[in-house]
Amino acid sequence: MPVAWTRKDLLGLEDLSKEEIELLLATAESFKEVSTREIKKVPALRGKTVVNLFYEPSTRTRVSFEIAAKRLSADVINIATETSSVRKGETLIDTGKNIEALKVDIIVVRHNYSGAAAMLGRHVKASVINAGDGWHEHPTQALLDIFTLKEKLGRIAGLNVSIVGDIAHSRVARSNIWGLTKLGAKVIVCAPQMLIPLAIEQMGVEVTSDIDEALSNADAVNVLRMQFERDEENAFPKQLEYFKDFGITQERLEQAKKDIIVMHPGPLNRGVEIASDVADGANSVILEQVTNGIAVRMAALFLVAQANENISHDNID
Amino acid sequence: MGEKAKLFDKDALNRIIMRIAHEILEKNKGTQGLCLIGIRNRGAYLAKRLRESIETIDKATVPVGVLDITLYRDDLTLIAQQPLVHKTEIDFDITDKNLVLVDDVLYTGRTVRAALDALIDLGRPKCIQLAVLIDRGHRELPIRADYVGKNVPTAQKEAVEVRLAEVDGVDEVVIVEKD
Repeated sequence: MPVAWTRKDLLGLEDLSKEEIELLLATAESFKEVSTREIKKVPALRGKTVVNLFYEPSTRTRVSFEIAAKRLSADVINIATETSSVRKGETLIDTGKNIEALKVDIIVVRHNYSGAAAMLGRHVKASVINAGDGWHEHPTQALLDIFTLKEKLGRIAGLNVSIVGDIAHSRVARSNIWGLTKLGAKVIVCAPQMLIPLAIEQMGVEVTSDIDEALSNADAVNVLRMQFERDEENAFPKQLEYFKDFGITQERLEQAKKDIIVMHPGPLNRGVEIASDVADGANSVILEQVTNGIAVRMAALFLVAQANENISHDNID
Repeated sequence: MGEKAKLFDKDALNRIIMRIAHEILEKNKGTQGLCLIGIRNRGAYLAKRLRESIETIDKATVPVGVLDITLYRDDLTLIAQQPLVHKTEIDFDITDKNLVLVDDVLYTGRTVRAALDALIDLGRPKCIQLAVLIDRGHRELPIRADYVGKNVPTAQKEAVEVRLAEVDGVDEVVIVEKD
C-alpha cells in the first residue's frame, strides 16, 4: 500500500487508483481515534484555512467537513451562496479567485453542476475537495460508505453490494460504483427503469429493477434517498408506489442474508425508500456512517493539504 | 549509505534493555502507576520488550501504549516524502500515571517535543520520563533522557540505525554514513 498522495485536489473516485483509495481509507482509520479523545483535536492543520463553499443546501456534509477541519486545528469559514455575492451574479471562478486572494488553503465545494469542482481546481492554487457536483461525484460520501463497510465486514474485495434508488441522479451512486469496483466488490444497481442511466453497465455493474433480486445475495445494501426535489422530468414514481416496489422493509430483509448491512447517506425519507424499523434496526449502520464521515474528511483534508505543499502550481490558470 | 560501525548485536541489545528495565523500576520504586509509551515505529517495539523485561524482574505487567506523532510534527510542510499517519493506540487513561516515553534514537529532540504535546492532549500524567536506546547528541531543543542505553557521539552526516527483529528481521545497532 505505501503510495504517496500527490494530488492537490480530491475531485472524485473515478480518477483515483486502488492504492490511493486504500491510502485514504487507512489514513481515515488513523484519524478515527482522535474523535474518541477527551480533547478531540490534533495540530496537523494549524494555521491552515478551510472554506466551505456550498451552492446547494447541505447540513450534514458541511457540518461534517467543518468538524473534520476543526479537529485538525484548521480555521473554517462557511459560505452559503444564497446569502453571498453569488446572488449578484459572480461566477464560480471569480468567487474562487477571491477566496484564494484571502489566502485560503482548502476550498470544499458543493455545486449543482457536474464538473464544477474540477473546474475550480484548475483555476486556484488552493486545494479543492469536491463535496458533491451535480449528478457526477460525491467522493467523501462514497469513501465513508466504503470505510464503514470495511470496518463492519473486514474487507471490500469479493463483497456483493447493492445500490438501490435513483441511480440516474445520484452522485453518491456514481462515486460508490467507482470506489467499490476498484476495490474488487461486485455492485448491483436497482431502480425503476426510468431512473437507471443508459450504459450504466459500462461502469462494471449489474442492473436490475427487481428489489428482491438485488437483496437476495447482497452483503450490504446502500439505500439512496429519493430526491423528489430533482424530479424535473416527472420520472419519479409516487412516494407510496416507490415504497411498495423498492422500499427496504423488514419483510424484504428477512429474505436477504441475516447480517446484511443497511446503509443510507441521509437525510432519510422514512416510509419512502426505507421503513422506519429498518432505519433504526439491527442491520442499520446509518449513524456509524455519520461518525465515520468525520475521519474520512479529516484524511481528505490532511492529504490534500500535505500534497499541495510539495507540488508546483505552474498549470493553474 | 555505507555502514561504518556496529555498536551492538542482539546480546548487547538485550542486556541494555534489561538494564534500563532495572533503572526504571529503581527510579519509580516498582510498577505502581507505571506505564510505557512507545513512539512509532521502533520505540513501540522497544516499549514492548521493556515490558517483558520488567515482567521478568518484578512479576508485574505494565500497560504499554503506542504513540504516532505524525500529526504533531513541526516539519510536516518541509518533508517531501509524506509520512503515513498511523494510529495512536493508548487504551488506558494516562492521567496521574508515571509515563515512560520510549524511543530508539534521541537526536534533535523534536520527536520527543511532538510526543510530549501529543501525550498532554491525551490527559495529565503525573510525570513523563524518557528512555532511549541511543543518545547521539546534536540537540536542538532543551530535552534530555532519563534512561540512556548508550551515549554515542556522532557527526551530523552520520545516522544511527536501530534494527529490530520485529521490523528489520535482525537485532543490531549500526552507525551509517549518509551519502
